Amino acid sequence: MTDSLVGRPVPRKEGRRKVTGQSRYIDDMSFPEMLYGVTVRSPAPRGRIKHIAFTDDTIPWDEFTIVTAKDVPGANYVALILNDQPYLADEFVNHMEEAVVLLAHADKHLVEKARRSVVIEIEPLPAVFSLDDSVNRKEIIWGEDNVFKSFHVEKGNVDEVWAKADSIVEGEYRTGAQEQLYIENNGVIAVANMDEGVTVWGSMQCPYYVHKALLKLFNLPDDKVRVIQMETGGGFGGKEEYPSMIAGHAALLAWKAGKPVKIIYDRAEDMAATTKRHPSWTKHRTAVTRDGKLLGMEIDFVVDGGAYATLSAVVLSRGTIHAAGPYNCPNVRIKSRAVATNAPPHGAFRGFGAPQSIFALERHLNKVARAVGLTPEEFRRRNFIHEGDRTATGQVIREKVELDKLLDRAFELTDYHAKLERFAAENAASQKKKGIGFATFMHGAGFTGSGEKFLESVVGLEATAEGRVRVLAASTEIGQGTNTIFSQIAAEALGIDYELVEVSQPDTANVPNSGPTVASRTCMIVGKLVESAALGLKQTLLGRGLLAEKYSTEDFKRACAHYIEEHGALKTFSQYKAPPGIEWDDEKYQGDAYGAFAWAVYVAEVTFDPVTYETRVDDFVAVQEVGRVIHPVLAAGQIEGGVAQGIGYALYEQVVWQDGRMINNQMTNYIMPTAADIPPIRVFFEEQPYLYGPAGAKGIGELPMDGPAPAILNAIENAIGLSINHIPLLPESMLEEMEAAHA
Amino acid sequence: MPERVKTVEVRCTVNGEERTLHAYPMARLLDVLREELRLTGTKEGCGEGECGACSVLVDGALVNSCLVPVLQVEGATIKTIEGVANAEQLHAVQEAFISCGGAQCGICTPGMVLAAVNLLERVPEPDAAAIRNGLAGNLCRCTGYMKIFEAVVRACQTNGEQA
Repeated sequence: MTDSLVGRPVPRKEGRRKVTGQSRYIDDMSFPEMLYGVTVRSPAPRGRIKHIAFTDDTIPWDEFTIVTAKDVPGANYVALILNDQPYLADEFVNHMEEAVVLLAHADKHLVEKARRSVVIEIEPLPAVFSLDDSVNRKEIIWGEDNVFKSFHVEKGNVDEVWAKADSIVEGEYRTGAQEQLYIENNGVIAVANMDEGVTVWGSMQCPYYVHKALLKLFNLPDDKVRVIQMETGGGFGGKEEYPSMIAGHAALLAWKAGKPVKIIYDRAEDMAATTKRHPSWTKHRTAVTRDGKLLGMEIDFVVDGGAYATLSAVVLSRGTIHAAGPYNCPNVRIKSRAVATNAPPHGAFRGFGAPQSIFALERHLNKVARAVGLTPEEFRRRNFIHEGDRTATGQVIREKVELDKLLDRAFELTDYHAKLERFAAENAASQKKKGIGFATFMHGAGFTGSGEKFLESVVGLEATAEGRVRVLAASTEIGQGTNTIFSQIAAEALGIDYELVEVSQPDTANVPNSGPTVASRTCMIVGKLVESAALGLKQTLLGRGLLAEKYSTEDFKRACAHYIEEHGALKTFSQYKAPPGIEWDDEKYQGDAYGAFAWAVYVAEVTFDPVTYETRVDDFVAVQEVGRVIHPVLAAGQIEGGVAQGIGYALYEQVVWQDGRMINNQMTNYIMPTAADIPPIRVFFEEQPYLYGPAGAKGIGELPMDGPAPAILNAIENAIGLSINHIPLLPESMLEEMEAAHA
Repeated sequence: MPERVKTVEVRCTVNGEERTLHAYPMARLLDVLREELRLTGTKEGCGEGECGACSVLVDGALVNSCLVPVLQVEGATIKTIEGVANAEQLHAVQEAFISCGGAQCGICTPGMVLAAVNLLERVPEPDAAAIRNGLAGNLCRCTGYMKIFEAVVRACQTNGEQA
């Protein structure tokens, strides 16, 4: 038997291929006779399509494959939740990036010229571009009231608290859109014809989402659609639902052309047309006692979903459930809505609604603390949730939660109290102002509510006669380390060498549906299935007497060879079963929202320069409890990467909109943090094994997106005494804020 | 209709081999490497010289190959990610990227590795600020850069031990 593999920084499975440039991403692949596909998009934010003209006589239009809504063989919608988004606009367009015509040609320069020569004439209809206009129903652009989805969470009796409260504190908070900015743009290649059906290779997080969408688009049986994930250059949620769109487009062109078709977006198209983080506003009204205990919270949370429903309902759900944070408050009311605007649909992005509502709460609680004369620290300490307490949805916390201890450790690591004093003493006399701030928060792992029960995810394990083991799962490696941790978990459960385990390329023809690679579920939920399947495989060999209780890797190899000789294939499968006691009521939105939460305290130290209005983050400490850490280097890498995205979200990344279209859709003018901008990010884990996670692990991927923005704005408040309640906070908006404050 | 531009021959050395490229004079070096030589380790991230995913070394200088017309590399010596390892022996920077977790999704990695190799050629023992500045032209959305900085430091240590 080997020493424990869990907790050890084994080499990343595909590391060597990645550092030598040998990994194959979608754009590195090509087929004989392959055509290049492009998308012609709506020139107007909302209206009726009157006419499509193919202009410019120098273009040999008869050589092109041209696809419009009329060519769709099955259902013209991207199958997801409400199925309201068409693959190609037929009669109406609802945003400026909506696809209307597809073109393909063997010459990729000519096809680009042709794209610019298609003229789509639109009879305009009034459009809605802001969340406020949508909420106020300036124009009804979706359904009867512009509302995709609303939730209502009720705990205790909020109506009765206002009369009893010593203080009532109100606040309003806003967050902007955020561009995904994975460095590999969206791309696919499709082969499609009547005989073989449809096969798509691409950059994606969720092969079975694409599979489901293509079945409907082509009206084909299950086995006639095949989806294969190539090495994927970053996802973050941006390749959760969008690949279904681009895969469908390439497949429609390939179907009509009878040739393989490749569509690779360039950066400008990817930034403008694909999904971003939902903009939001949150209104808080909070009742507190004189001694700083939360009595009641009323929260109104709204997100801008863009033109179609897509995943907004689920993003809203997670944002709603996280809106009351890791605090014990007896009376809570959360009302939330996802509303429509004439912008490209906003979508999944690391955190999935929680970064928005947590930003609001963690800014707001500083205001509440001030109102009752407590420090932000002391106020939170008096209200932290503990084991046995109930969350806003009535979920009883069944694990040991020690936010106090996390806070102690984070403050010790940052020298928080000494810095508070020092900055207060030094700021008056120094030109640049320094500040320190923090946020405390949690993030639920896995699908919300009954989501995991509906998914019924399956993982398989297959051993060869040589004793090599392959993990069969649709969960994708998108940089976060799926291949490596699955191999560790399987090898640990089987008691064999890490090198003997590999993870199959996700291909719907070869792997079972282990669900989408989203929601911080890959390690905790799917990893647990890997562990169960591995234990099943081991049990099979033990049960047949081919292995003794104690065995070496060599014994394992021999046992596999024997089994396969006698019985044929050696394969085991494991299917998700909810841990005992998990109950969720979808109607009342009450119950166990998540199997487990990760808990965290993040501390940011900043310097504000009143001459340039720039804020720099000087130091960042992230302390979290995520259950057992499977791989310390990969886990720290997840936190560091998420914190960097969070710093961008807070201080650098601003989507500039015009008529519902992103107009700064270039890396030149949409700025993400570089190596020169990022402070030291110091990551610390408290490990408390979670009973139902693989080797005790919980989810980790999204957590680090939640804390940085509120921690940074709390630090800015500490530095200059100005309470700013919106992000992104670029120097330009700092200038405006300071001028308004001094006016 | 204007007369079509003709392709030209461009002679250069790529990863130690003498090559003759056939391309339109203003074709991007990035495309010629990827399409004509099938050296697909060089990636396109933005196409406008911001992200550094397409970084290669031309006569020892780190350049964004999406901004270099192929005509400009006549007679030049080019190194791409495929030329960094010595056969099976990885470069110290590559080894360090694996052990420190400097590569996550891997799409920026070829450019980032070349930037790090180039930095260590110019500054064998860079301090923290030099590492940050040396890599500031290469964007990474996954790592938050910490593990990449660690990898550069570890590669220096390895180089030091070998020297």
